[in-house]
Amino acid sequence: MAEISMNLEKCIRRHDGFLVPILQDIQQHYHYLPEETLREVADKLKLPLRDVYGVATFYRSFSLIPKGKHLITVCLGTACHIRGAARIVSAASRELGIEAGETRKDLKFTLETVNCLGCCAIGPTVVVDDEYYGQMTPPKAITLIKSLEAEEQNAQIELV
Amino acid sequence: MPKLSSFDELESLQKKIKESRDPKKVVISISSGTCGRARGSAKIVEAFKEAIISCKDKLSIRVTGCHGFCSAEPNVIIFPEEIFYKNLKPDDVPKIVEATLKGEIIDNLVVSQNEENFVHVSEIPFYKNQMRTILGNNPLIDPTNIEDYIAVGGYGAFDKALKMKPEEIIKEIECSGLRGRGGAGFQTGKKWEITRKQKGDVKYIICNADEGDPGAYMDRSLLEGNPHSVIEGMIISAYSIGANEGWIYVRNEYPLAVKHVTIAIEQAKELGLLGKNVMGLEFNFDIKVIKGAGAFICGEETALIHSIEGLRAVPRQRPPFPAEQGLFGKPTNINNVETYANVPQIIEKGANWFANIGTETSKGTKIFSLVGKVKNTGLVEVPMGITLREVIFDVGGGSSNGKRIKAVQTGGPSGGCIPRELFDLPVDYESLTKAGSIMGSGGMIVMDEDTCMVDIAKYFANFLQAESCGKCVPCREGIQRMFEILADITEGKGKEEDLQLLEELGNVIKATSLCGLGQTAPNGVLSSIKYFKDEYFAHIRDKKCPAGVCKPLIKYTIDTEKCTGCGLCKRNCPADAIVGELKEPHSIIQDRCIKCGICRDVCKYGAVTIA
Repeated sequence: MAEISMNLEKCIRRHDGFLVPILQDIQQHYHYLPEETLREVADKLKLPLRDVYGVATFYRSFSLIPKGKHLITVCLGTACHIRGAARIVSAASRELGIEAGETRKDLKFTLETVNCLGCCAIGPTVVVDDEYYGQMTPPKAITLIKSLEAEEQNAQIELV
Repeated sequence: MPKLSSFDELESLQKKIKESRDPKKVVISISSGTCGRARGSAKIVEAFKEAIISCKDKLSIRVTGCHGFCSAEPNVIIFPEEIFYKNLKPDDVPKIVEATLKGEIIDNLVVSQNEENFVHVSEIPFYKNQMRTILGNNPLIDPTNIEDYIAVGGYGAFDKALKMKPEEIIKEIECSGLRGRGGAGFQTGKKWEITRKQKGDVKYIICNADEGDPGAYMDRSLLEGNPHSVIEGMIISAYSIGANEGWIYVRNEYPLAVKHVTIAIEQAKELGLLGKNVMGLEFNFDIKVIKGAGAFICGEETALIHSIEGLRAVPRQRPPFPAEQGLFGKPTNINNVETYANVPQIIEKGANWFANIGTETSKGTKIFSLVGKVKNTGLVEVPMGITLREVIFDVGGGSSNGKRIKAVQTGGPSGGCIPRELFDLPVDYESLTKAGSIMGSGGMIVMDEDTCMVDIAKYFANFLQAESCGKCVPCREGIQRMFEILADITEGKGKEEDLQLLEELGNVIKATSLCGLGQTAPNGVLSSIKYFKDEYFAHIRDKKCPAGVCKPLIKYTIDTEKCTGCGLCKRNCPADAIVGELKEPHSIIQDRCIKCGICRDVCKYGAVTIA
């Protein structure tokens, strides 16, 4: 899939050269931080690449490798934890065949955990592609993933 | 909206807004913060939009931030009577509109507790026992419409502040006794004074909205539901300190809060409440929103400053404090969201009003997020000094499932677990610290007999070892070791001397870490050893997890008396570990069982038990 490259100049201007928001825009655009873009950022901001790399690897929301089409995020906040969030991670991980933090080889799914989404009262919470699901259980998570898989397969058939 | 050039114009705008609104007209306020949306409030909003088409002259809707009663979401409050309807489905909406027009109440949608129905907000036990001075305006305000904030008297405190000298404002805040709501509890007025006294023309204001404590979300709710109250607090702070630039550092995990606060800033600028020559005065003040990038350490002020500066969020030694040398080396005042939200009220109602609420050393109200195994979950605002028991049982309604509540965790990862025996403790900065926990940002996670205290200690150690920035050795290495020891204990590999080792390690980490993260990190482990030693012994000596949580120490079995042989567990078992003929009692092959617990989740007869 060809990536539409973003207008880095404009992005740097918009953020007055502040590194973290610039990297956030890049992350949002490409769903990861491509090496060549990071080099360009370092160049344009006149920063050593090691500093840009240092920031890119420090924060949780940046990734140096591409993420999948569907992003499944399981909240591991305290309230979710005591209501069994770890069991949901295990179930999702088993169902997808990847560990938390990994992206499936076909680039269809990424499984992530987050420290807290602040939806503590409805936990355990799972976010799939920006949509929030409260009061999750392992069986519900499995059903959710199965329906996404089916959607993907149907899309595949239509393409063929 | 035309730009205002004086407070007289603001006053007449307020008058105009009020006049255009009929106080007797029915307004249905729909709670629609992030958790409301997660529970389907967007569909409720759509349903209302459709249902009121034919009766728009008689009633209108207002989409607001969170009303705080999370376990009742999606919910509405119908003004002016303040009728509360809970847990709505789109199908309920036409019925509500119809009943409201007829002046009737729908009994099965009102809150009921112990077989008693509560129709109005003021009667509901969850609200009745609170003092919602900061959160109370949420149901009255559409956060994307500045007029709603102005209608409830918004920016009036700023007007009042401008009639005072900056020193007088600071004195007022100091006299109120307001202390930082982010965790450490430093005197807000004093912080402002130190920043004001610094030499130099350039000073900054930062609002710390990097609410990283898992289990706390009051800052999110304030920014989502009443962003102008925070902005007004920041403007007053900036004016009294002499700052012209402000920053709100919001967690990236809070997209709705970012959206609402950004809209609010734009609208405040349009009206001339932010920008150059604010309200026609010689005072310039602008606010930028900056998103965090997912690092818990950014709650620490020097780390947060580094993050804005585009560096790794690594804390540095203090002093110099940010008030002396902060953002870009300039004097910087950093307060938390809730702290700023308190400011307009203190100016408006006076320091005495505020100082009369609370205890000797902890003044005002505090918002707590009451979550976990409690019936009424949500954001709870109570006067300081109230007891934990009152919060958990009177406001929270006690246990959510009839099981015995055994502890409450306060203060997030830096806090500790307080056992039931200490529930009569007043909630204030000092009492919680004395009990081995902290106030923190206000998370209150209720735990019952199904919660394993060793597992919770391990959970926090794991969280903190991952979030440690790695700069200083005691924190980076020490928490990691604590986590490993705790992991061993939960796997049945613990030794009795481990407890002493954990205490020793914990005390060293507390004494020698660079920043607040390390200095408080062992609290959770140390408090759980102090109050729940028997649970540690059960794991170490008996190789048992009494709460049935620690996987290596538990076993799933099927009660043959209760099992109907429906086969649901067998079909759902991912490990093919369940055998049995249809309509015959099933059993679990222990060698194959991966202890995922799905059989227990799906069983309708409660036949799967943990031993």
